[in-house]
Amino acid sequence: MTTADVLTRARRGPRRRSALVVTILLALVVGLGLVRTLLGDYRVSLPDAVRILGGADLPGASFVLMESTLPRAVMAVLAGAAFGAAGGAFQVMLRNPLASPDVLGITLGASAGAVVAAVPLGLRGAPVTLSALAGAVLAAALILSQAGGRGGATGRMVLVGVALAAGLSAVVHWVLVRASIYQAQDAMVWLSGSLNSVSWDEIARLLALDALLLPPLLVLARRLPVLGLGDDLAAGLGVHVTRVRVGVTVLVVALVAAATAVVGPIAFVGFLCGPIARRLVPGRPAVGVAALVGAVVVLGADHLAAYGIPGTALPVGVVTGLLGAPVLLWMLRSRPTTREGR
Amino acid sequence: MPWALTGALAALALAVAASLLLGVQPLAPATVLDALRGVPVDAETAAVVASRVDRTVVGLVVGGAVALSGVVLQGLTRNPIAEPGILGLNSGAALAVVVGIRFLGLTTVTGHVVAALVGTVLVAALVQSLTLMAPRASAPVSMALAGAAVMALAQSLIGALLVTDRGALDSFRFWQVGSVAGRDAGQVLDVLPFLAAGAVLALTAGPTLDAVALGDDVARGLGQRTVLQRGSAAAGAVLLAASATALAGPIAFVGLVVPHVVRALVGAGHRRVLGLSLLLGPAFVVLADVTGRLVAQPSEVQAGIVCAVVGALALVLVVRRTKGLQ
Repeated sequence: MTTADVLTRARRGPRRRSALVVTILLALVVGLGLVRTLLGDYRVSLPDAVRILGGADLPGASFVLMESTLPRAVMAVLAGAAFGAAGGAFQVMLRNPLASPDVLGITLGASAGAVVAAVPLGLRGAPVTLSALAGAVLAAALILSQAGGRGGATGRMVLVGVALAAGLSAVVHWVLVRASIYQAQDAMVWLSGSLNSVSWDEIARLLALDALLLPPLLVLARRLPVLGLGDDLAAGLGVHVTRVRVGVTVLVVALVAAATAVVGPIAFVGFLCGPIARRLVPGRPAVGVAALVGAVVVLGADHLAAYGIPGTALPVGVVTGLLGAPVLLWMLRSRPTTREGR
Repeated sequence: MPWALTGALAALALAVAASLLLGVQPLAPATVLDALRGVPVDAETAAVVASRVDRTVVGLVVGGAVALSGVVLQGLTRNPIAEPGILGLNSGAALAVVVGIRFLGLTTVTGHVVAALVGTVLVAALVQSLTLMAPRASAPVSMALAGAAVMALAQSLIGALLVTDRGALDSFRFWQVGSVAGRDAGQVLDVLPFLAAGAVLALTAGPTLDAVALGDDVARGLGQRTVLQRGSAAAGAVLLAASATALAGPIAFVGLVVPHVVRALVGAGHRRVLGLSLLLGPAFVVLADVTGRLVAQPSEVQAGIVCAVVGALALVLVVRRTKGLQ
């Protein structure tokens, strides 16, 4: 047996495992998507749903399916995938499970940008996304300027993120105080992270951005583990260190901004998905898996938020926040962090 | 020290004068003095002066309380970024107040204080125990993250409680920005017992904090009964933070900025730091309130927001100067 054979065989195991994981996650996305779409307060049978999608108009069912449950399910998948992939990629790049865009305050930068555009300026649609992007870019630039010499996340970076988050939430609160109570209530729902009022226009916009940003991120993410060897060694192995890092950062920031502008900062999705994905497929840069996990988490959390407490429809972000905060606390407890904040 | 004390007193006097004179309607010093002495002035001027006196008093009280609380928390945890806002104590208080309003029908300020106290104590215990479990070297980061996680948890719960209740949201959104305006100076009396107890405990904590700074073993060797003394200092910090939050809402970062400025002026001895913080904290909050009145005329930016923006910049500077985080 040659060395090449041994290597091929050794690689086959993880590859099979990740194929299996991806299949199961895709099945979960479809399954939960069907549950979310069909099993709401108003139940639609599968044959009816197929007929409606085929163009039939069933009184009641058509409206519920096309205007409420289906758009929510589709949006949950798109937003969950964006947050999940962004979080997973950042955690791998900065080599720190705490360094997801939501913990670092980049998501809050996006939501401050979006709130400023939406409430005092009264903008809708694409300008809100651009404003969210501007906020996220500023936040990311400030935080990443504190990165350590080897490109890892530093404690300093986390602390600057905390400072930034506090300053930005003051801006958001100020906007809320100046708005009318109706605008404030809408904004409050959105700020909690919500799929309550998604439109097909917004879905088309996020779908386009996901399709534009996710594939290059998946390609670039394959280079990230090499960066973990240190910049010099990575450069020696033929990886453009700076180019990869800048590329990943730009894509992550854009994804976070695109998703946040539409559904608000759904708490901790980016933070939760990376570690879950890494446990599912150990030893691989699991950005694609993290995206699928994100879709599953948001779909499940949205169903729970909508029907978990009878008579009360909570924003999905409340559920993910309640899930994520204890995980963050648990990670602080169990994970010895070194001086580099790892 | 004497020049620092003089400077601090001057800053405080300047802040109070500015707070009484400046605003959407600037007043002449003579008019304000007349109104304060009880010389009859026209009704409008009297009302303006009265409201400015109220917000100045509230600002002074809140600033002093939060600054002292920050000094004690930073000293006890030996952590340069410990502060009621960053540790999530304010969020804990906010959550407890919201729960109180929604489920227990709390309406009085005293009720809010008690709720805020309970919330603050619970969060303080939670964050402190989480930080103790993390390794020493990364304590500032662990503490900030524990605070951030608690804050996120509290925000989620507050969101869940408020999205379904427009009335509670309307009063809560004005409370959560942290403002010294629109509070009756009489409300200070409602929290006075808690404030006074907290202030006594905090102001007498100087020797304890100095001993803590030397490390546990040295402190014990110097004859400190560390557990009891630290407990009373921590109780003071929590009482002060909770009553300030109940009075004005969460005013973040004052407890961070003021102690750092004071230490730069007079060094690390905690008795001096505590005394001077008691003067500069009120000056900072009152000046923040005056700034908020002037920058967005004819509207206002709440003092809590000015403090948060200034404080966020200050925290970045502090973090950059803190060694051992690289």
